[in-house]
Amino acid sequence: MSTLVPQPPRKSKAGWNLLGLLVFLTAGFPVYWMLNTAFKPEKDAIDPDPSLLPTSLTFSNFGRALDIADFWGPVGRSLIVSLAVVVIGMVVGLLAALAISRFAFRGRKIVIVGILAVQMVPLVAMIIPVFLLLNDLGQYDRLSGLIITYLTFVLPFTVWTLRGFIVNIPKELEEAAMVDGCTRAGAFVRVVFPLLAPGMVATSVYAFIQAWNEYLYALMLLSQNNQTATVWLSNFSTKHGTEYAPMMAGATMMAVPIVVLFLLVQRKMAAGLTAGAVKG
Amino acid sequence: MSAADTTTPAKVPPRRQSPPPPAVAKKQKKPKKTPRDRTASGARGLPWLLLAPCLLILALVLGYPMVRLVILSFREFGQSQLWGFQPAEWVGLDNFTKVLGDGEFWRVVVRTIVFAAGCVIFTMVIGMLIALLLQRVSGWVKTLVNIALVASWGMPIIVATTVFKWLFDADYGILNALLSRLPGVEMTGHNWFASGREGLAVIMLLVVWGAVPFVVITLSAGLTQVPKELEEAARLDGAGAWGVFRYVTLPILKPIIVMLTTLSVIWDMGVFPQVFVMRGGHPEAEFQLLTTYSYDRAFVVNDYAQGSAIALLTVALLLGVVAVYMRQMLKIGEVE
Repeated sequence: MSTLVPQPPRKSKAGWNLLGLLVFLTAGFPVYWMLNTAFKPEKDAIDPDPSLLPTSLTFSNFGRALDIADFWGPVGRSLIVSLAVVVIGMVVGLLAALAISRFAFRGRKIVIVGILAVQMVPLVAMIIPVFLLLNDLGQYDRLSGLIITYLTFVLPFTVWTLRGFIVNIPKELEEAAMVDGCTRAGAFVRVVFPLLAPGMVATSVYAFIQAWNEYLYALMLLSQNNQTATVWLSNFSTKHGTEYAPMMAGATMMAVPIVVLFLLVQRKMAAGLTAGAVKG
Repeated sequence: MSAADTTTPAKVPPRRQSPPPPAVAKKQKKPKKTPRDRTASGARGLPWLLLAPCLLILALVLGYPMVRLVILSFREFGQSQLWGFQPAEWVGLDNFTKVLGDGEFWRVVVRTIVFAAGCVIFTMVIGMLIALLLQRVSGWVKTLVNIALVASWGMPIIVATTVFKWLFDADYGILNALLSRLPGVEMTGHNWFASGREGLAVIMLLVVWGAVPFVVITLSAGLTQVPKELEEAARLDGAGAWGVFRYVTLPILKPIIVMLTTLSVIWDMGVFPQVFVMRGGHPEAEFQLLTTYSYDRAFVVNDYAQGSAIALLTVALLLGVVAVYMRQMLKIGEVE
């Protein structure tokens, strides 16, 4: 840790490592147990004295999970909604982010404060009027209604994050390109955009995860026939009591792609997150 | 809403009055070269044009409903108004007086505050301890812990809730089985959700489990920016481990801590799906938090007006915290 002050290294480190392992086991246990249950025979799952280690491997729970209720329908709908939200959100969000990061104009600060403030509105509080609004517009039980609703909570975050990435790209690069004869748009496409791409990918994935994971609005704004993946999972226990092993199989199918996506962008997002925080 | 909400960019580059660019360049290109130049003609409308789609969507699906929420809370609005059988009459402050005069509401408020406070305190303290621990362990342990943290962070809330429901299942849950293995403990068949107190404790555990990773990862990143020289200087001056933490680390991390705490308060006051799904869509009276209570009033009792009033009161409760958060954000974001 430090070179100046000698520390008794070996001995104390083992203690810390042990503690670290304990944290690893505790934090990871729910995930482990989900996987463990998903892959074990159903009768082992209802053993009153279960073994902590995997006993035998089976995929039958996944088949059962797919049988219990239509799985691909909800997943397809979730995909449509999330992708639409990402595409629209990124285009609209990028334009807005450019406006507040690259231009000085009267009212800029108010816009920024507004976008930040909007993020703080608890979504749960908005469900009643949003439900009534979509009801009036004839958008109840339509995916388009859900998409436009999700945009409102993905947009502020997208704008703010993209703004962070844009601000980190020196304006001089753009200016140099313009001196060399690029138009403003040309300078953006050729110089800023390539530098911004990784940040945009990370932001899109993050927005995708947000939309994919949302539950309350998906539950309230769509009927049973149009449910999305999260609602599908939460409805699992209705058929013949709760069948936990297939339920964990369903949970695994929902979680694994998301966790993998999350792993891909997590570092980038977390880095952007603290880049300026301490300096402030 | 999510982890990256707090993404804070590095400082805006200082406003630079760049030396006048070469005359040649100036002649051939548009005068929009220095974007900050307010007088540049034509550039004035452009930012608003760029902002328009974003503001339009926000105004339609967020601004308008927000206004509607306020209006709704001053009206009578039930099933018959929803279907248009009866006009929505103004009732003034009736909804608020009804809600505020209800003992049940105050019990829910107290429960929500205690619940959220518990979540925030545990999240922050455990997060800080793990972040400090991660500085002291070997590389491979750090990697293992990080994997577990990111996996639990990335878990969709609904999935996490379902998994916890299974862990705490009365008959076949692993937790009861493990506890029963301890000598003298018999927990088989113990129903964790029989009482609101124990049930909410389980839900609190679920919330904390999901929230700690974000705090740990953010604080860890912050800890790497604490200058080693300062810590050493403090140590040479005779500060113990606690002293170094209290007088060196903590002050440097303060902006991050304020941000994380305010964010946690906002998120934890808004806990909804965890309670809702854990109780199978019908939380019992002892499980009601402000969010589920407002939902219950609106969609179960079908009194949309009272539900709105409760939602508004929740927002009002949060305003102070939001103000602190915004101030911190703006300070960090260096918005001129």
